[in-house]
Amino acid sequence: MPESAISVVNLQKQYGQTPALNSVSLEIRQGEMFGLIGPDGAGKTTLMRILSSLMDPDAGECRLLGISVKEHPEKVRRVIGYMPQRFSLYPDLTVGENLRFFADLFGVPRLDRQKRTEDLLGFARLSPFIKRRAGRLSGGMKQKLALCCALIHTPRLLILDEPTTGVDPVSRREFWEILKALKDQGVTLLVSTPYMDEAQRCDRIALIHKGNILAEGSALEVIARFPGKVVAVFGPDLPGLAGWFKKKLRSEQVQILGDRVRLNLFTQPRVSMDELCAGAEDAGIAIDAVDEVGPGLEDTFIALVAGKEEAHGAIG
Amino acid sequence: MISTRILPLMRKEFIHIRRDPRSLLILFLMPLLMMFIFGYAINMDLKHIRLGICDLSRTPASRDMIEALKASPYFDVVVRYDNPGRTEKLFKKRLVRAVVIFDTDFERALERSAVTPLGVIADGTDANSATLVQNYLEGLFMGRSLEISSAGQEPPIRIKARMLYNPDMESAHFIVPGIVALLLIMIGALLTSVTIAREKEAGTMEQILVTPIRPYEVVLGKAIPYLVLGFGIAVFIMIFGHVWFEVPMRGAWSWLLLFCVVYIFTALAIGLLISTVVATQQVAMMLSLVATLLPSVMLSGFVFPIASMPQPLQWISKVVPATYFLIIIRGIMLKGNGLAELWPVVAAMSGIGVFFIAVAVKRFKLKL
Repeated sequence: MPESAISVVNLQKQYGQTPALNSVSLEIRQGEMFGLIGPDGAGKTTLMRILSSLMDPDAGECRLLGISVKEHPEKVRRVIGYMPQRFSLYPDLTVGENLRFFADLFGVPRLDRQKRTEDLLGFARLSPFIKRRAGRLSGGMKQKLALCCALIHTPRLLILDEPTTGVDPVSRREFWEILKALKDQGVTLLVSTPYMDEAQRCDRIALIHKGNILAEGSALEVIARFPGKVVAVFGPDLPGLAGWFKKKLRSEQVQILGDRVRLNLFTQPRVSMDELCAGAEDAGIAIDAVDEVGPGLEDTFIALVAGKEEAHGAIG
Repeated sequence: MISTRILPLMRKEFIHIRRDPRSLLILFLMPLLMMFIFGYAINMDLKHIRLGICDLSRTPASRDMIEALKASPYFDVVVRYDNPGRTEKLFKKRLVRAVVIFDTDFERALERSAVTPLGVIADGTDANSATLVQNYLEGLFMGRSLEISSAGQEPPIRIKARMLYNPDMESAHFIVPGIVALLLIMIGALLTSVTIAREKEAGTMEQILVTPIRPYEVVLGKAIPYLVLGFGIAVFIMIFGHVWFEVPMRGAWSWLLLFCVVYIFTALAIGLLISTVVATQQVAMMLSLVATLLPSVMLSGFVFPIASMPQPLQWISKVVPATYFLIIIRGIMLKGNGLAELWPVVAAMSGIGVFFIAVAVKRFKLKL
């Protein structure tokens, strides 16, 4: 049995002149929950479609469970489950009919099908809705049904494209618990999400931006690559404070968060923090306290994107 | 082994059809509506033409003629007047489509020679009916004048035209089979192209494509349910044309229904082919209509005779499936043809269908 569930080497894809994937390489181990984290347009969907054999790359190679996607797309399709970003089931078919349809397409034997359907629906707590049309389900239930359809043939590898986008927080949490249970059953999962907080639930993650992998590793390992520090500034006039810092720093570095202004100092500012604060006091903006806080994944992402762009600018 | 995936695809498609009764209703009502519009509005028969008569002769001979005109089902004598100067006014007010003027010396002229001084004026703004009015009147008077002049003895030559297969010149008998051909190809292409485009639009195609499905399975799984539906519509409108418009059925229903299946299959193949090049339902709809409606109306021989088309258009008409189906349906219903006469036409039509479906399967990609 191959060591890695997904192995991607130098994958490239362009849409016309726009590069979508820029020499992407990734190794995802068996039984691992891997998160692909990045904003819209980062290349997550393109990568997942290529892996699912729905799209051909311009260059590079990918193997799923040791099978080459390029050479044996039909074999890959048998062993993976893929859940597209958009809800892609038939709204006029019931929950049960949708499941049965995909079971038939995957050639699940009739006896297994019944048991599998019952198990999956029970697992996703959709059993009471088996006769309801898919179009009349809530957003969270639709996603759970889509997951069940992707799981109907008991795949060993599951590729989920932004499964929690547009789903309410409670359903999101429930969905991640289901994914965790799948992982415990030994299924390898590749999940993409634009939400940084969801990355914490993955064993390992890759930050992706404009078709480039910026960092790879566990969430802690990735955060450890944060180069500067994060500072919280407290004061009575938060908008005033934020405005002041935005004049002195890049605007993406300054954020009002609850009772504080959060400064993402991934590079040393030209003037020191003390001088910045003194300047603010001089301008008549009061500062109560300044605290250093731990960086988060989002801080790291912003820092890595800025670093990449600077490096690119230096070359260009 | 026969594919196990076509059946579930078909089952799913039938559920879609069943769960959308509104579309189904439209699919059956639209043909009815078109049949009524075409069957009645495009009526090429000239019956009850409003006729004016100006009798200046006032003789038994003219009165005799007028009685004959009145008795004819083609004419309604609506105005009788004495002043020929009123003629133009009658036309301008559109009270009459034609007038017949009997000159003062009508009777005498009739006795002297076969050349009768008789004036017929028809409304030329509608050239088609004007010609027909003229022909009808000429025919009528020719018969009359011959009877009078030869007075008892057999006329030397008498030409009598007889319309084979449609002796009464009922245009419904030509039009209704044409509409059947038109509707079936339109609905067939529309149904399949739109249903595949819908799956592309909704993203469900993406979900189907990650299963181990094969192109021919998708294509057949889509085509067969709509073949059944299209056949249902075909039977419905043909029976309607037969019963309501009294289009005769001189051949065998079984042959007609069988060839109908071949024709619908060809229509579906066109729809499938269209679906491989479009991404949205709207474009699919537009393209299907353009690809089927125009050629089927203009180039199939439905409206214009193929023989009178310029040569390049005649070549195009040879790849329009409706051309063949028109020959088939008119042949069976009006002439009582069977396989013996029609097999070359059926073979040509099947060939076109097989060609289209082969291209569709070849073009259908299992990628996004």
